Amino acid sequence: MSILVNADTKVLVQGITGKEGTFHTEQMLSYGTRIVGGCTPGKGGQTVLGLPVFDSVAEGVAATGADVSVIFVPAALAADAACEAAEAGIKLVVLIAEHIPVLDMVRAKSFLKTKGAQLIGPNCPGIISPEQCKIGIMPGYIHKRGHIGLISRSGTLTYEAVHQLTAQGLGQSTCVGIGGDPIPGLYFVELLEMFRNDPETHAVCVIGEIGGDGEERAAAYIKETKYPKPVFGFIAGLTAPAGKRMGHAGAIISGSKGRGEDKVAALTDAGVTVIHDLGSFGETVAQHLKK
Amino acid sequence: MNVHEYQAKSLLAQFNIPVPQGGLAETPAQARAVAETLPGPVWVVKAQIHAGGRGKGGGVKVCKSLDAVEEAAGAILGMQLVTHQTGPEGKKVHKVWVEQGTNVARELYLAVVLDRTAQCLSVMASPDGGMDIEEVAQNTPDHIHIVRLDGSHSIWPFQARALFAGCGLNPKQVNAAAALAMNLVRLAVAKDAVLVEINPLAVTDAGDIVALDAKMNFDESALKRHPDVAAMEDQEECDPLEFKARQLGVNYVRLGGYVGTMVNGAGLAMATMDAIKNAGAEPANFLDAGGGANEEMVAAGFEVMLSDPHVRGILINIFGGILHCDVVASGVVNAARKVNLQLPLVVRLEGTNVEAGRKILAESGLNFQTATSMAEAARKIADATRG
Repeated sequence: MSILVNADTKVLVQGITGKEGTFHTEQMLSYGTRIVGGCTPGKGGQTVLGLPVFDSVAEGVAATGADVSVIFVPAALAADAACEAAEAGIKLVVLIAEHIPVLDMVRAKSFLKTKGAQLIGPNCPGIISPEQCKIGIMPGYIHKRGHIGLISRSGTLTYEAVHQLTAQGLGQSTCVGIGGDPIPGLYFVELLEMFRNDPETHAVCVIGEIGGDGEERAAAYIKETKYPKPVFGFIAGLTAPAGKRMGHAGAIISGSKGRGEDKVAALTDAGVTVIHDLGSFGETVAQHLKK
Repeated sequence: MNVHEYQAKSLLAQFNIPVPQGGLAETPAQARAVAETLPGPVWVVKAQIHAGGRGKGGGVKVCKSLDAVEEAAGAILGMQLVTHQTGPEGKKVHKVWVEQGTNVARELYLAVVLDRTAQCLSVMASPDGGMDIEEVAQNTPDHIHIVRLDGSHSIWPFQARALFAGCGLNPKQVNAAAALAMNLVRLAVAKDAVLVEINPLAVTDAGDIVALDAKMNFDESALKRHPDVAAMEDQEECDPLEFKARQLGVNYVRLGGYVGTMVNGAGLAMATMDAIKNAGAEPANFLDAGGGANEEMVAAGFEVMLSDPHVRGILINIFGGILHCDVVASGVVNAARKVNLQLPLVVRLEGTNVEAGRKILAESGLNFQTATSMAEAARKIADATRG
């Protein structure tokens, strides 16, 4: 088991004929992901890496039975692509792109909801269930199949954490990059709920950063539900000044909201083991799980 | 991206939202000339900088004669205006907005804002205009009326009217204010604004409703489709280094310290800043070289960091994923040669082909220190830059 994606997941790549799309399709294929085709409007009938290209997601789904779509189109077109996927019956849409206009995302999220589709991203590395299915741009080899679930707002920070977990012999059930944008898809609480119900997941790592209140909500959820699995946390940006946006569109401290120390306090209060030194992340998780 | 009050007011006017008549001036004589074209007998001269609290800092003056307008403009133009939002160094005033005076009976508040918690655009109104809205929210939350818009970003007239319940407006004024709020929503959606705030929204002695001040913030990810808004950017309002970084395509934020940092990925960059601070040193900047971090980006990053005279040393922290560490290492070596780097440099690489990458750094003949953990890297650069 794992959450959201596994060895049976059939993936369609939107924007497969583009440079990024083709490159990452190749990477995902070599990892073993079941990519069943791609879609680029106007390029139907071509093949890329031996995969069929369709003009529309609807055609692609009809021909291949794809259930997940990953989007590699330019930011200005990405929200539209996500909605097209949802309309075609795709149940999980993975949006990698950064700089998608935020009001587009509000509209797209609302559209996806009416279609019953779930969203991962945008501005994220994607999702991976190690040794089963990699959907996104993360380096596959640092992962190892196992029992840690991981949820993170940041790409390379996740790689760093996963790399350390793997080095400690701690594999992962599923790692989800939820992205650094202010209007994201699936977030901490929904994913914690999925990990709770996944028997393969024995512990969860939550990697947050300044801005927003997602970590505080996660803490409240963990506390209220007496979350049955150990949770480990890390928050980036504890020393960042207020009012400055640190790269991610979501990482800004405004007024008294979004402060790192409040997130650390909320998580600690909920019983989460908050790790302060990223360098000892894997080691600390390993020590606690041995107890 | 923020704009000036005069630019925000021009957008309000485009969307049929009443604003006082006025004009822009860069000299006292121009200010007088603008005032001459406006109905008196009262004028207001307002400093145009990107910060709130201008009135308290002496950047807004009410004038009762043309001479007074000229004098006020002379005092404000060129001043270093300090407000609670500018920092102690203040901001230099290059332009003033001169407008007709308004007889204000009451001051309301109205804003359309991207609501991260509710994940939608929300419209907020309050009878307590002219004050800091965060204070109102803190002390009298029942004085703020909020309408959350659906995914189509549309507002019904009944929702707009409900915003102004309890604001003491007569039925005619409620309708006028509701129409104004609907226009403000149209503006926000049409121009991809994440904040449009009218504070105060004035009810005049004559009973009219007028936007006396406005603040707007636009989604930078959407500027490409709004060249008119993009053209409103005022370079003088940007940190010159941050401006330069943007030209070079580098994601850079200047901070107060002396350790330059270059990292791939925003989250890891923030974690690196934290590590530097924990090691007892002060980061000079946030710099995200992007997931790719190729030689060109590294060189651009060096160029930006070295333009900051406070930088005494540099820490590079790269997690090589899809882009392998050996490629990153060659990029760092070439870029360091290109800019003839003289400052202490600590490089920490992790990820794919890390051994090959470290070897390239060690054999480069350049005066690099390397580190395996982030804490070690932070400690080494803290030692190397201690003043």
